[in-house]
Amino acid sequence: MHFSPAPLHIPDGFLSIIVSVISWAITIAILSVAVKHTENLDEKQVPLMGVMAAFIFAAQMINFPVAGGTSGHLLGGAFAAIILGPWAGMLVMTAVIGVQGLLLQDGGLLVMGANILNMGLVTSAIGFGLYRLAPSSTENPQQNRNLKLGLAGIAAWLSVMAGALLTSLQLWLSDTARLDIVLPAMLGIHALIGIGETLITVSALAFIFRTRPDLLDQAQGQERGGRAWIFVGVAISLFVLILSPLASSNPDGLERVASDLGFLAQGIDSPYSILPDYTLPFLGDSAFSTVAAGVIGAFVVGAIIFIISKMKRVNIRADK
Amino acid sequence: MAHQNIFDQYKAENSVIHRLSPIVKVVLAVLFIFSNALLPDGAWLSFALKWGAILMLSLLAKLEWHYTLKRSVIVLPFALAGISALFSLPGKTLAIWQLGSLELILTDAGLLRFESILLRSWLSVQVAILLVSTTTFPDLIHALEHLRLPKMLVTVIAFLYRYMTVLSDEALRLLRARQSRSALLPEQRGGGNLLWRARTAGNMVGQLFLRSYERSDRIYYAMLSRGYSGHLRTLNPHNINIRDWLLLMLSFLLITFLQFFARL
Repeated sequence: MHFSPAPLHIPDGFLSIIVSVISWAITIAILSVAVKHTENLDEKQVPLMGVMAAFIFAAQMINFPVAGGTSGHLLGGAFAAIILGPWAGMLVMTAVIGVQGLLLQDGGLLVMGANILNMGLVTSAIGFGLYRLAPSSTENPQQNRNLKLGLAGIAAWLSVMAGALLTSLQLWLSDTARLDIVLPAMLGIHALIGIGETLITVSALAFIFRTRPDLLDQAQGQERGGRAWIFVGVAISLFVLILSPLASSNPDGLERVASDLGFLAQGIDSPYSILPDYTLPFLGDSAFSTVAAGVIGAFVVGAIIFIISKMKRVNIRADK
Repeated sequence: MAHQNIFDQYKAENSVIHRLSPIVKVVLAVLFIFSNALLPDGAWLSFALKWGAILMLSLLAKLEWHYTLKRSVIVLPFALAGISALFSLPGKTLAIWQLGSLELILTDAGLLRFESILLRSWLSVQVAILLVSTTTFPDLIHALEHLRLPKMLVTVIAFLYRYMTVLSDEALRLLRARQSRSALLPEQRGGGNLLWRARTAGNMVGQLFLRSYERSDRIYYAMLSRGYSGHLRTLNPHNINIRDWLLLMLSFLLITFLQFFARL
Protein backbone atom coordinates (compact mmCIF):
# COMPACT_ATOMS: atom_id res chain seq x y z
CA MET A 1 0.00 0.00 0.00
CA HIS A 2 1.12 3.59 -0.57
CA PHE A 3 1.09 4.27 3.12
CA SER A 4 4.39 5.31 4.65
CA PRO A 5 4.74 6.20 8.31
CA ALA A 6 6.20 9.69 8.62
CA PRO A 7 8.96 10.25 11.15
CA LEU A 8 6.81 12.76 13.01
CA HIS A 9 4.16 10.24 14.21
CA ILE A 10 5.40 9.46 17.73
CA PRO A 11 4.40 5.97 18.93
CA ASP A 12 3.38 5.23 22.52
CA GLY A 13 6.24 4.64 24.91
CA PHE A 14 8.49 7.39 23.57
CA LEU A 15 7.07 10.24 25.65
CA SER A 16 6.85 10.36 29.42
CA ILE A 17 3.44 10.54 31.07
CA ILE A 18 3.89 14.16 32.10
CA VAL A 19 4.85 15.32 28.59
CA SER A 20 1.96 13.31 27.08
CA VAL A 21 -0.52 14.70 29.56
CA ILE A 22 0.58 18.32 29.16
CA SER A 23 0.44 17.95 25.35
CA TRP A 24 -3.07 16.50 25.60
CA ALA A 25 -4.16 19.38 27.85
CA ILE A 26 -2.88 22.00 25.36
CA THR A 27 -4.41 20.12 22.41
CA ILE A 28 -7.80 19.72 24.12
CA ALA A 29 -7.89 23.39 25.11
CA ILE A 30 -7.18 24.53 21.52
CA LEU A 31 -9.55 21.98 19.99
CA SER A 32 -12.44 22.97 22.24
CA VAL A 33 -12.09 26.54 20.96
CA ALA A 34 -11.94 25.20 17.39
CA VAL A 35 -15.10 23.17 17.93
CA LYS A 36 -16.90 26.19 19.36
CA HIS A 37 -15.90 28.31 16.36
CA THR A 38 -16.98 25.76 13.79
CA GLU A 39 -20.27 24.90 15.50
CA ASN A 40 -21.71 28.22 14.33
CA LEU A 41 -21.06 27.36 10.68
CA ASP A 42 -23.95 26.09 8.61
CA GLU A 43 -24.49 22.34 8.62
CA LYS A 44 -23.14 22.03 5.09
CA GLN A 45 -19.65 22.71 6.45
CA VAL A 46 -19.59 19.52 8.50
CA PRO A 47 -19.75 17.08 5.55
CA LEU A 48 -17.28 19.35 3.76
CA MET A 49 -14.79 19.08 6.65
CA GLY A 50 -15.27 15.30 6.74
CA VAL A 51 -14.61 14.91 3.02
CA MET A 52 -11.66 17.31 3.27
CA ALA A 53 -10.19 15.13 6.04
CA ALA A 54 -10.46 12.17 3.68
CA PHE A 55 -8.86 14.34 0.98
CA ILE A 56 -5.84 15.13 3.19
CA PHE A 57 -5.52 11.43 4.01
CA ALA A 58 -5.58 10.50 0.31
CA ALA A 59 -3.37 13.44 -0.73
CA GLN A 60 -0.62 12.12 1.55
CA MET A 61 -0.38 9.14 -0.84
CA ILE A 62 0.55 11.30 -3.80
CA ASN A 63 4.33 11.22 -3.81
CA PHE A 64 7.07 12.22 -6.17
CA PRO A 65 10.50 10.64 -6.53
CA VAL A 66 13.26 12.77 -4.99
CA ALA A 67 16.51 10.82 -5.20
CA GLY A 68 17.93 7.44 -4.37
CA GLY A 69 14.61 5.69 -3.90
CA THR A 70 13.21 8.24 -1.45
CA SER A 71 10.10 10.21 -2.21
CA GLY A 72 8.42 13.33 -0.91
CA HIS A 73 4.77 13.73 -0.08
CA LEU A 74 2.41 16.21 1.51
CA LEU A 75 1.75 16.45 5.26
CA GLY A 76 -1.00 18.97 4.61
CA GLY A 77 -1.44 21.03 7.79
CA ALA A 78 -0.65 24.39 6.22
CA PHE A 79 -2.54 23.52 3.02
CA ALA A 80 -5.68 22.52 4.97
CA ALA A 81 -5.65 25.75 6.99
CA ILE A 82 -5.20 27.89 3.86
CA ILE A 83 -8.10 26.35 1.94
CA LEU A 84 -10.49 25.78 4.87
CA GLY A 85 -9.57 28.41 7.45
CA PRO A 86 -7.59 27.83 10.64
CA TRP A 87 -10.23 26.31 12.91
CA ALA A 88 -11.67 23.95 10.31
CA GLY A 89 -8.11 23.08 9.24
CA MET A 90 -7.24 22.12 12.80
CA LEU A 91 -10.29 19.86 13.14
CA VAL A 92 -9.59 18.24 9.79
CA MET A 93 -5.96 17.53 10.69
CA THR A 94 -7.03 16.23 14.12
CA ALA A 95 -9.40 13.76 12.47
CA VAL A 96 -6.66 12.62 10.06
CA ILE A 97 -4.06 12.11 12.80
CA GLY A 98 -6.65 10.48 15.08
CA VAL A 99 -7.66 7.95 12.45
CA GLN A 100 -4.04 7.24 11.49
CA GLY A 101 -3.31 6.50 15.15
CA LEU A 102 -6.47 4.56 15.97
CA LEU A 103 -6.96 2.61 12.77
CA LEU A 104 -3.44 2.22 11.39
CA GLN A 105 -1.33 2.51 14.58
CA ASP A 106 0.64 5.26 12.91
CA GLY A 107 1.25 7.22 16.11
CA GLY A 108 0.24 6.18 19.61
CA LEU A 109 -2.90 6.82 21.65
CA LEU A 110 -1.48 8.27 24.87
CA VAL A 111 0.87 10.47 22.83
CA MET A 112 -1.82 11.44 20.30
CA GLY A 113 -2.21 14.80 22.01
CA ALA A 114 1.41 15.57 21.17
CA ASN A 115 1.03 14.28 17.61
CA ILE A 116 -2.07 16.42 17.01
CA LEU A 117 -0.32 19.45 18.50
CA ASN A 118 2.85 19.00 16.41
CA MET A 119 1.35 18.04 13.07
CA GLY A 120 -2.16 19.50 13.17
CA LEU A 121 -2.52 22.57 15.36
CA VAL A 122 0.83 24.31 15.03
CA THR A 123 1.01 23.64 11.28
CA SER A 124 -2.48 25.08 10.75
CA ALA A 125 -1.71 28.18 12.83
CA ILE A 126 1.48 28.92 10.87
CA GLY A 127 -0.18 28.13 7.54
CA PHE A 128 -3.13 30.44 7.98
CA GLY A 129 -1.29 33.11 9.96
CA LEU A 130 1.36 33.74 7.30
CA TYR A 131 -1.11 33.39 4.40
CA ARG A 132 -3.34 36.01 6.06
CA LEU A 133 -0.49 38.53 5.75
CA ALA A 134 -1.45 39.09 2.10
CA PRO A 135 -4.13 41.75 1.53
CA SER A 136 -7.43 40.21 0.40
CA SER A 137 -7.76 42.41 -2.72
CA THR A 138 -5.53 44.84 -4.58
CA GLU A 139 -5.48 46.54 -7.97
CA ASN A 140 -2.93 44.04 -9.18
CA PRO A 141 -4.43 40.57 -8.73
CA GLN A 142 -1.50 38.79 -10.39
CA GLN A 143 1.00 40.30 -7.99
CA ASN A 144 -1.30 39.58 -5.05
CA ARG A 145 -1.58 35.96 -6.18
CA ASN A 146 2.20 35.58 -6.36
CA LEU A 147 2.53 37.11 -2.91
CA LYS A 148 0.01 34.61 -1.54
CA LEU A 149 1.80 31.68 -3.16
CA GLY A 150 5.10 32.88 -1.76
CA LEU A 151 3.70 33.20 1.75
CA ALA A 152 2.07 29.78 1.49
CA GLY A 153 5.40 28.28 0.46
CA ILE A 154 7.25 29.82 3.40
CA ALA A 155 4.46 28.74 5.74
CA ALA A 156 4.55 25.15 4.45
CA TRP A 157 8.30 24.85 5.09
CA LEU A 158 8.07 26.47 8.51
CA SER A 159 5.13 24.30 9.53
CA VAL A 160 7.17 21.13 8.93
CA MET A 161 10.13 22.63 10.82
CA ALA A 162 7.87 23.61 13.74
CA GLY A 163 6.55 20.04 13.93
CA ALA A 164 10.09 18.64 13.93
CA LEU A 165 11.24 21.14 16.56
CA LEU A 166 8.34 20.36 18.88
CA THR A 167 8.79 16.61 18.43
CA SER A 168 12.50 16.84 19.32
CA LEU A 169 11.78 18.98 22.37
CA GLN A 170 9.12 16.55 23.58
CA LEU A 171 11.45 13.57 23.13
CA TRP A 172 14.16 15.43 25.00
CA LEU A 173 11.86 16.47 27.87
CA SER A 174 10.77 12.82 28.14
CA ASP A 175 14.41 11.74 28.59
CA THR A 176 14.02 9.62 25.46
CA ALA A 177 16.60 11.40 23.35
CA ARG A 178 19.72 13.47 23.70
CA LEU A 179 19.02 17.00 22.57
CA ASP A 180 22.35 17.54 20.80
CA ILE A 181 21.71 14.47 18.62
CA VAL A 182 17.96 14.43 18.06
CA LEU A 183 17.53 18.13 17.31
CA PRO A 184 20.06 18.51 14.47
CA ALA A 185 18.97 15.14 13.05
CA MET A 186 15.25 15.93 13.08
CA LEU A 187 15.67 19.51 11.85
CA GLY A 188 18.12 18.42 9.15
CA ILE A 189 15.83 15.73 7.73
CA HIS A 190 12.77 17.94 7.94
CA ALA A 191 14.47 20.90 6.30
CA LEU A 192 14.53 18.64 3.20
CA ILE A 193 11.04 17.18 3.75
CA GLY A 194 9.84 20.78 4.18
CA ILE A 195 11.07 21.67 0.69
CA GLY A 196 8.87 18.91 -0.71
CA GLU A 197 5.97 20.25 1.35
CA THR A 198 6.57 23.75 -0.02
CA LEU A 199 6.77 22.62 -3.65
CA ILE A 200 3.58 20.56 -3.45
CA THR A 201 1.62 23.16 -1.45
CA VAL A 202 2.56 26.01 -3.79
CA SER A 203 1.87 24.13 -7.00
CA ALA A 204 -1.42 22.72 -5.68
CA LEU A 205 -2.55 26.22 -4.69
CA ALA A 206 -1.40 27.61 -8.05
CA PHE A 207 -3.48 24.91 -9.75
CA ILE A 208 -6.55 25.91 -7.71
CA PHE A 209 -5.91 29.61 -8.49
CA ARG A 210 -5.98 28.76 -12.19
CA THR A 211 -9.08 26.57 -12.08
CA ARG A 212 -11.29 27.66 -9.15
CA PRO A 213 -10.02 31.02 -7.82
CA ASP A 214 -13.39 31.59 -6.14
CA LEU A 215 -12.60 28.87 -3.58
CA LEU A 216 -9.44 30.63 -2.48
CA ASP A 217 -10.94 34.12 -2.48
CA GLN A 218 -13.52 33.10 0.08
CA ALA A 219 -10.75 31.59 2.17
CA GLN A 220 -9.53 35.15 2.82
CA GLY A 221 -12.84 36.18 4.41
CA GLN A 222 -12.97 37.69 7.85
CA GLU A 223 -15.31 34.97 9.15
CA ARG A 224 -12.62 32.30 8.73
CA GLY A 225 -10.19 33.99 11.10
CA GLY A 226 -9.38 37.55 12.09
CA ARG A 227 -6.11 39.44 11.80
CA ALA A 228 -5.04 38.11 15.20
CA TRP A 229 -3.99 34.98 13.29
CA ILE A 230 -1.22 36.97 11.64
CA PHE A 231 0.19 37.65 15.09
CA VAL A 232 -0.09 33.98 16.10
CA GLY A 233 1.46 32.72 12.86
CA VAL A 234 4.34 35.20 12.87
CA ALA A 235 5.02 34.58 16.57
CA ILE A 236 5.29 30.79 16.13
CA SER A 237 7.40 31.26 12.99
CA LEU A 238 9.81 33.53 14.83
CA PHE A 239 9.96 31.05 17.70
CA VAL A 240 10.94 28.30 15.24
CA LEU A 241 13.36 30.49 13.29
CA ILE A 242 15.18 31.75 16.37
CA LEU A 243 15.14 28.63 18.53
CA SER A 244 16.09 26.07 15.85
CA PRO A 245 19.55 27.36 14.90
CA LEU A 246 20.23 28.47 18.46
CA ALA A 247 19.38 25.12 19.98
CA SER A 248 21.11 23.11 17.24
CA SER A 249 24.38 24.97 17.55
CA ASN A 250 24.28 25.19 21.31
CA PRO A 251 22.08 22.49 22.91
CA ASP A 252 23.91 22.89 26.21
CA GLY A 253 22.61 26.43 26.34
CA LEU A 254 19.03 25.25 26.03
CA GLU A 255 19.58 22.65 28.74
CA ARG A 256 20.99 25.34 30.99
CA VAL A 257 18.05 27.66 30.37
CA ALA A 258 15.66 24.79 31.07
CA SER A 259 17.37 23.91 34.31
CA ASP A 260 17.44 27.57 35.35
CA LEU A 261 13.72 27.70 34.75
CA GLY A 262 13.27 24.65 36.94
CA PHE A 263 12.19 22.26 34.18
CA LEU A 264 15.23 20.13 34.52
CA ALA A 265 16.40 18.83 37.84
CA GLN A 266 20.03 17.90 38.31
CA GLY A 267 21.53 14.90 36.55
CA ILE A 268 19.19 12.10 35.55
CA ASP A 269 16.15 13.35 37.48
CA SER A 270 13.03 13.54 35.38
CA PRO A 271 12.53 16.87 33.66
CA TYR A 272 9.59 18.09 35.70
CA SER A 273 9.21 19.28 39.21
CA ILE A 274 5.50 19.01 40.02
CA LEU A 275 5.55 15.24 40.34
CA PRO A 276 9.28 14.44 40.56
CA ASP A 277 10.00 10.87 39.42
CA TYR A 278 6.25 10.24 39.36
CA THR A 279 6.25 10.19 43.14
CA LEU A 280 4.75 12.50 45.70
CA PRO A 281 7.45 13.90 47.99
CA PHE A 282 5.41 13.53 51.17
CA LEU A 283 4.62 9.86 50.50
CA GLY A 284 8.23 8.85 50.00
CA ASP A 285 9.58 6.70 47.18
CA SER A 286 7.12 3.83 47.30
CA ALA A 287 5.06 2.12 44.66
CA PHE A 288 1.94 3.58 46.19
CA SER A 289 3.35 7.06 45.81
CA THR A 290 4.02 6.49 42.11
CA VAL A 291 0.54 5.20 41.45
CA ALA A 292 -0.96 8.06 43.43
CA ALA A 293 1.08 10.50 41.34
CA GLY A 294 -0.26 8.88 38.18
CA VAL A 295 -3.83 9.10 39.43
CA ILE A 296 -3.39 12.74 40.43
CA GLY A 297 -1.96 13.54 36.99
CA ALA A 298 -4.96 11.94 35.33
CA PHE A 299 -7.24 13.81 37.70
CA VAL A 300 -5.72 17.19 36.86
CA VAL A 301 -6.26 16.59 33.14
CA GLY A 302 -9.82 15.47 33.82
CA ALA A 303 -10.46 18.63 35.81
CA ILE A 304 -9.04 20.84 33.05
CA ILE A 305 -11.20 19.14 30.44
CA PHE A 306 -14.25 19.43 32.69
CA ILE A 307 -13.71 23.14 33.35
CA ILE A 308 -13.16 23.89 29.66
CA SER A 309 -16.27 22.00 28.61
CA LYS A 310 -18.23 23.77 31.34
CA MET A 311 -17.03 27.16 30.15
CA LYS A 312 -17.87 26.22 26.60
CA ARG A 313 -21.42 25.29 27.55
CA VAL A 314 -21.93 28.59 29.38
CA ASN A 315 -20.63 30.50 26.35
CA ILE A 316 -23.00 28.73 24.01
CA ARG A 317 -25.91 29.48 26.31
CA ALA A 318 -24.87 33.12 26.40
CA ASP A 319 -24.83 33.20 22.59
CA LYS A 320 -28.43 32.05 22.40
CA MET B 1 -21.07 -4.34 6.28
CA ALA B 2 -21.37 -4.16 2.53
CA HIS B 3 -18.47 -1.85 1.96
CA GLN B 4 -15.36 -3.12 3.70
CA ASN B 5 -12.76 -0.46 4.29
CA ILE B 6 -9.39 -1.70 3.03
CA PHE B 7 -7.57 0.18 5.79
CA ASP B 8 -9.65 -1.53 8.45
CA GLN B 9 -7.93 -4.36 10.36
CA TYR B 10 -11.15 -5.67 11.91
CA LYS B 11 -11.25 -9.47 12.05
CA ALA B 12 -14.86 -10.63 12.18
CA GLU B 13 -15.21 -13.32 14.84
CA ASN B 14 -17.71 -14.15 17.53
CA SER B 15 -15.65 -14.11 20.70
CA VAL B 16 -15.89 -12.83 24.27
CA ILE B 17 -13.57 -9.97 23.37
CA HIS B 18 -15.55 -9.01 20.27
CA ARG B 19 -18.76 -8.91 22.31
CA LEU B 20 -17.37 -6.57 24.99
CA SER B 21 -18.70 -3.05 24.98
CA PRO B 22 -16.43 -0.92 22.76
CA ILE B 23 -16.43 1.80 25.43
CA VAL B 24 -14.88 -0.65 27.92
CA LYS B 25 -12.36 -1.78 25.33
CA VAL B 26 -11.22 1.75 24.57
CA VAL B 27 -10.87 2.57 28.27
CA LEU B 28 -8.94 -0.65 28.91
CA ALA B 29 -6.57 -0.09 25.99
CA VAL B 30 -5.77 3.45 27.15
CA LEU B 31 -5.34 2.22 30.75
CA PHE B 32 -2.96 -0.48 29.54
CA ILE B 33 -0.84 2.02 27.58
CA PHE B 34 -0.91 4.48 30.47
CA SER B 35 0.38 1.82 32.83
CA ASN B 36 3.13 0.88 30.34
CA ALA B 37 4.38 4.44 30.52
CA LEU B 38 4.31 4.28 34.33
CA LEU B 39 6.36 1.08 34.61
CA PRO B 40 9.96 1.82 35.62
CA ASP B 41 12.91 1.04 33.32
CA GLY B 42 14.00 -2.57 33.43
CA ALA B 43 10.82 -4.02 34.97
CA TRP B 44 11.34 -7.08 32.75
CA LEU B 45 8.97 -9.40 34.62
CA SER B 46 6.14 -6.88 34.51
CA PHE B 47 6.72 -6.32 30.79
CA ALA B 48 6.67 -10.08 30.27
CA LEU B 49 3.44 -10.42 32.26
CA LYS B 50 1.86 -7.71 30.14
CA TRP B 51 2.85 -9.49 26.96
CA GLY B 52 1.35 -12.66 28.46
CA ALA B 53 -1.89 -10.75 28.95
CA ILE B 54 -1.84 -9.66 25.29
CA LEU B 55 -1.26 -13.25 24.14
CA MET B 56 -4.11 -14.47 26.34
CA LEU B 57 -6.46 -11.80 25.02
CA SER B 58 -5.46 -12.64 21.43
CA LEU B 59 -6.35 -16.30 22.02
CA LEU B 60 -9.63 -15.31 23.70
CA ALA B 61 -10.38 -13.17 20.64
CA LYS B 62 -9.72 -16.23 18.42
CA LEU B 63 -6.77 -14.53 16.71
CA GLU B 64 -3.51 -16.32 16.00
CA TRP B 65 -1.22 -15.90 18.98
CA HIS B 66 1.36 -14.00 16.96
CA TYR B 67 -1.17 -11.81 15.15
CA THR B 68 -0.38 -8.62 17.10
CA LEU B 69 3.33 -9.44 17.05
CA LYS B 70 3.39 -9.61 13.26
CA ARG B 71 1.67 -6.27 12.87
CA SER B 72 3.70 -4.47 15.54
CA VAL B 73 6.75 -3.91 13.30
CA ILE B 74 5.17 -0.57 12.35
CA VAL B 75 6.86 1.11 15.36
CA LEU B 76 10.34 0.01 14.27
CA PRO B 77 11.26 3.03 12.11
CA PHE B 78 10.68 5.37 15.02
CA ALA B 79 13.18 3.46 17.17
CA LEU B 80 15.78 5.56 15.32
CA ALA B 81 14.62 8.59 17.26
CA GLY B 82 15.19 6.76 20.53
CA ILE B 83 18.73 5.63 19.70
CA SER B 84 20.26 8.73 21.25
CA ALA B 85 18.81 7.59 24.59
CA LEU B 86 21.64 5.02 24.58
CA PHE B 87 24.13 7.81 25.11
CA SER B 88 22.07 10.15 27.26
CA LEU B 89 22.42 8.77 30.78
CA PRO B 90 25.42 8.67 33.10
CA GLY B 91 26.35 5.20 34.31
CA LYS B 92 28.87 2.42 33.81
CA THR B 93 30.59 2.96 30.47
CA LEU B 94 30.21 0.07 28.02
CA ALA B 95 31.70 1.58 24.88
CA ILE B 96 32.78 4.92 23.46
CA TRP B 97 32.53 6.05 19.87
CA GLN B 98 33.83 9.25 18.37
CA LEU B 99 31.61 10.63 15.64
CA GLY B 100 33.14 13.81 14.34
CA SER B 101 32.99 16.29 17.20
CA LEU B 102 30.36 14.16 18.91
CA GLU B 103 31.48 11.82 21.66
CA LEU B 104 29.03 8.96 22.16
CA ILE B 105 29.33 7.13 25.47
CA LEU B 106 27.25 3.98 25.70
CA THR B 107 26.29 3.36 29.33
CA ASP B 108 24.44 0.54 31.05
CA ALA B 109 21.75 3.01 32.22
CA GLY B 110 21.34 4.28 28.66
CA LEU B 111 21.01 0.76 27.30
CA LEU B 112 18.42 -0.05 29.96
CA ARG B 113 16.45 3.08 29.06
CA PHE B 114 16.55 2.34 25.33
CA GLU B 115 15.41 -1.26 25.76
CA SER B 116 12.62 -0.20 28.09
CA ILE B 117 11.40 2.48 25.66
CA LEU B 118 11.27 -0.06 22.84
CA LEU B 119 9.45 -2.61 25.01
CA ARG B 120 6.87 -0.07 26.20
CA SER B 121 6.26 1.12 22.69
CA TRP B 122 6.02 -2.42 21.36
CA LEU B 123 3.55 -3.53 24.06
CA SER B 124 1.43 -0.41 23.56
CA VAL B 125 1.14 -0.82 19.82
CA GLN B 126 0.12 -4.46 20.26
CA VAL B 127 -2.77 -3.56 22.53
CA ALA B 128 -3.89 -0.89 20.04
CA ILE B 129 -3.81 -3.52 17.29
CA LEU B 130 -5.86 -5.84 19.49
CA LEU B 131 -8.40 -3.06 19.98
CA VAL B 132 -8.96 -2.36 16.28
CA SER B 133 -8.94 -6.01 15.24
CA THR B 134 -11.76 -6.86 17.66
CA THR B 135 -13.86 -3.69 17.32
CA THR B 136 -15.43 -2.33 14.13
CA PHE B 137 -14.41 1.24 13.48
CA PRO B 138 -17.99 2.59 13.50
CA ASP B 139 -18.37 1.05 16.99
CA LEU B 140 -15.09 2.66 17.99
CA ILE B 141 -16.28 6.07 16.82
CA HIS B 142 -19.52 5.54 18.73
CA ALA B 143 -17.55 4.66 21.87
CA LEU B 144 -15.60 7.89 21.51
CA GLU B 145 -18.89 9.77 21.34
CA HIS B 146 -19.95 8.14 24.61
CA LEU B 147 -16.60 9.16 26.08
CA ARG B 148 -17.58 12.81 25.43
CA LEU B 149 -15.63 13.49 22.26
CA PRO B 150 -17.33 16.57 20.72
CA LYS B 151 -20.11 15.64 18.25
CA MET B 152 -18.53 17.79 15.57
CA LEU B 153 -15.26 15.88 15.71
CA VAL B 154 -17.06 12.52 15.84
CA THR B 155 -18.97 13.42 12.67
CA VAL B 156 -15.82 14.55 10.86
CA ILE B 157 -14.07 11.29 11.82
CA ALA B 158 -17.07 9.25 10.67
CA PHE B 159 -17.00 11.03 7.30
CA LEU B 160 -13.26 10.53 7.05
CA TYR B 161 -13.68 6.81 7.66
CA ARG B 162 -16.43 6.56 5.06
CA TYR B 163 -14.62 8.53 2.34
CA MET B 164 -10.96 7.68 2.93
CA THR B 165 -11.28 4.63 0.69
CA VAL B 166 -13.24 6.53 -1.96
CA LEU B 167 -10.70 9.35 -2.18
CA SER B 168 -7.74 6.97 -1.85
CA ASP B 169 -9.10 5.21 -4.92
CA GLU B 170 -9.21 8.59 -6.60
CA ALA B 171 -5.58 9.25 -5.59
CA LEU B 172 -4.50 5.83 -6.85
CA ARG B 173 -6.25 6.57 -10.14
CA LEU B 174 -4.24 9.79 -10.46
CA LEU B 175 -1.02 7.92 -9.62
CA ARG B 176 -1.83 5.23 -12.20
CA ALA B 177 -2.53 7.90 -14.83
CA ARG B 178 0.85 9.50 -14.13
CA GLN B 179 2.53 6.10 -14.27
CA SER B 180 0.97 5.23 -17.62
CA ARG B 181 2.07 8.55 -19.13
CA SER B 182 5.63 8.19 -17.84
CA ALA B 183 7.20 5.60 -20.08
CA LEU B 184 10.82 4.93 -19.12
CA LEU B 185 13.58 3.72 -21.39
CA PRO B 186 15.97 1.31 -19.74
CA GLU B 187 19.12 2.91 -18.34
CA GLN B 188 17.79 6.41 -18.87
CA ARG B 189 16.66 8.94 -16.35
CA GLY B 190 13.18 10.20 -17.05
CA GLY B 191 10.63 12.57 -15.65
CA GLY B 192 12.31 15.98 -15.82
CA ASN B 193 14.03 17.73 -12.95
CA LEU B 194 12.99 17.75 -9.30
CA LEU B 195 11.00 20.96 -9.62
CA TRP B 196 9.04 19.60 -12.55
CA ARG B 197 8.26 16.36 -10.72
CA ALA B 198 7.14 18.24 -7.61
CA ARG B 199 4.91 20.48 -9.73
CA THR B 200 3.27 17.47 -11.29
CA ALA B 201 2.58 16.05 -7.83
CA GLY B 202 1.25 19.45 -6.75
CA ASN B 203 -1.10 19.59 -9.71
CA MET B 204 -2.33 16.11 -8.80
CA VAL B 205 -3.02 17.25 -5.23
CA GLY B 206 -4.90 20.28 -6.57
CA GLN B 207 -6.87 18.04 -8.91
CA LEU B 208 -7.70 15.68 -6.04
CA PHE B 209 -8.82 18.66 -3.96
CA LEU B 210 -11.24 19.87 -6.64
CA ARG B 211 -12.67 16.39 -7.15
CA SER B 212 -13.12 16.00 -3.38
CA TYR B 213 -14.64 19.45 -2.99
CA GLU B 214 -17.17 18.92 -5.72
CA ARG B 215 -17.92 15.45 -4.42
CA SER B 216 -18.64 16.82 -0.94
CA ASP B 217 -21.34 19.05 -2.48
CA ARG B 218 -23.02 16.06 -4.10
CA ILE B 219 -22.71 14.03 -0.88
CA TYR B 220 -24.33 16.81 1.10
CA TYR B 221 -27.33 17.11 -1.24
CA ALA B 222 -27.76 13.33 -1.32
CA MET B 223 -27.67 13.20 2.48
CA LEU B 224 -30.10 16.08 2.76
CA SER B 225 -32.57 14.24 0.56
CA ARG B 226 -32.33 11.27 2.93
CA GLY B 227 -33.11 13.38 5.99
CA TYR B 228 -29.68 14.41 7.30
CA SER B 229 -30.08 16.76 10.24
CA GLY B 230 -26.49 17.49 11.24
CA HIS B 231 -25.43 14.34 13.04
CA LEU B 232 -25.06 10.66 12.28
CA ARG B 233 -27.25 8.02 13.93
CA THR B 234 -26.56 4.49 15.00
CA LEU B 235 -28.82 1.55 15.87
CA ASN B 236 -26.35 0.07 18.33
CA PRO B 237 -27.28 1.07 21.90
CA HIS B 238 -23.90 0.13 23.44
CA ASN B 239 -25.09 -0.44 26.97
CA ILE B 240 -22.44 -1.23 29.54
CA ASN B 241 -23.64 -4.29 31.46
CA ILE B 242 -22.52 -5.77 34.76
CA ARG B 243 -19.98 -8.06 33.05
CA ASP B 244 -18.27 -5.07 31.45
CA TRP B 245 -18.06 -3.32 34.81
CA LEU B 246 -16.62 -6.41 36.49
CA LEU B 247 -13.97 -6.77 33.80
CA LEU B 248 -13.10 -3.10 34.07
CA MET B 249 -12.66 -3.39 37.86
CA LEU B 250 -10.63 -6.58 37.58
CA SER B 251 -8.30 -5.13 34.94
CA PHE B 252 -7.83 -1.97 36.94
CA LEU B 253 -6.85 -4.03 40.00
CA LEU B 254 -4.46 -6.18 37.94
CA ILE B 255 -2.79 -3.16 36.39
CA THR B 256 -2.42 -1.45 39.78
CA PHE B 257 -1.00 -4.66 41.24
CA LEU B 258 1.52 -4.84 38.40
CA GLN B 259 2.70 -1.31 39.21
CA PHE B 260 3.40 -2.35 42.82
CA PHE B 261 4.95 -5.59 41.71
CA ALA B 262 7.36 -3.83 39.36
CA ARG B 263 8.70 -1.78 42.25
CA LEU B 264 9.18 -4.59 44.79
